[in-house]
Amino acid sequence: MPDATGLELTAHELRESVPESVLGTEFHRTRAVLLVSPEHVVSVLQQLHDKGYTFLASLHGVDYYPDEPRLGVLYELMDMHEVDRISVKTRVSTDDANLATATGVFPGAEFPEREVYDMFGVVFDGHPDMRRILMPEDFEGFPQRRDFPVGGEPVLFTYNEETSYGKDQ
Amino acid sequence: MEIKRETVGGPSDFRLRQLQARDMLRGDLEGEELEKFVEKSVMTTTVEKAVAWSQGNSIYPMTFGLACCAIEMMSIVGMRVDIARFGWEAFRASPRQADLLILSGRVSVKMAPVIRRIYDQMLEPKWAISMGACCSSMGVFNNYAIVPSDKFMPIDVHVPGCPPRPEALMHGILRLRDKIHGHPPDGWRERYDAVGTEEVLTPEHQRTSEQDAAINVFPGGDTAGA
Repeated sequence: MPDATGLELTAHELRESVPESVLGTEFHRTRAVLLVSPEHVVSVLQQLHDKGYTFLASLHGVDYYPDEPRLGVLYELMDMHEVDRISVKTRVSTDDANLATATGVFPGAEFPEREVYDMFGVVFDGHPDMRRILMPEDFEGFPQRRDFPVGGEPVLFTYNEETSYGKDQ
Repeated sequence: MEIKRETVGGPSDFRLRQLQARDMLRGDLEGEELEKFVEKSVMTTTVEKAVAWSQGNSIYPMTFGLACCAIEMMSIVGMRVDIARFGWEAFRASPRQADLLILSGRVSVKMAPVIRRIYDQMLEPKWAISMGACCSSMGVFNNYAIVPSDKFMPIDVHVPGCPPRPEALMHGILRLRDKIHGHPPDGWRERYDAVGTEEVLTPEHQRTSEQDAAINVFPGGDTAGA
């Protein structure tokens, strides 16, 4: 992990090469996070890749409902030589959930991006195969968003067989 | 002709039968004695019952594990609860050769059409056991991704549990065998709209305690051994 100072230095470097890219930093419990604006994610990832963070350990989505912008996408990068990790976090709104794909920098991002699209509805522009990966292709909605109903079906047991849905049908 | 059923007497009775059989083969038995011998030796049943008996005792389950219940399903072929005792041990890797589909685990929305196709590929007669809470009532995973198995295919036996112990699955298997043999477990006729299809035993065909003890009485549903 870069320490808090190292994180600030990295953020400064990134700001110098791509202005307005890094919106802020978080350093919490030895975990370094760069908050990046959505339009600059790929260039930041490319620079970190060139700095030595060549391994994309994880790419996942978060729903911060009711905060805005609601959706977050996290890229967990790792430097395999220094054994050093850094997170890149970006936020997009549900109305305009578009991000550029990271598959150009990390080819392994293809399936995680499909999963984030499947579960949260973030569309990664330029992705070679932007389809659902886990849910059926005709599934409607994005199930991991927090305003998505949990779903499930009422089940007929002895205690509710008089009142359950089964009686009305 | 009135059929008389006799109980097994013991070792001497067995010796007597042996001697009688020898006499019969030599051609020494004639007339009434021969009639008696044949009555003792011949068992009559219907083709349906005989076929059901053999079907229920030679089920080939499909090798098909869905989730954690599959671990319990695998253990029923092991030696502790050994379904080879009932002739069910030959797990088949192809639906064309299998008679029974044990749904062992949760069925996701995406998996349901696959399972339905496998079930459709199996040859008649075929049965299905829904094992565990998930594929019967969706259990702890009752959410958008899971579908209960009753929604897309007919299930013969539900085995509750999370996961059911191998003994519980064993019990379900024996209930299914009873069902195949013509003794359906209580309740399924109501569920499948099959009231009125049962075979009714008239009072004169009711079994007596003597018949229960007799060796050559073989009503549908009872099996020798097991």
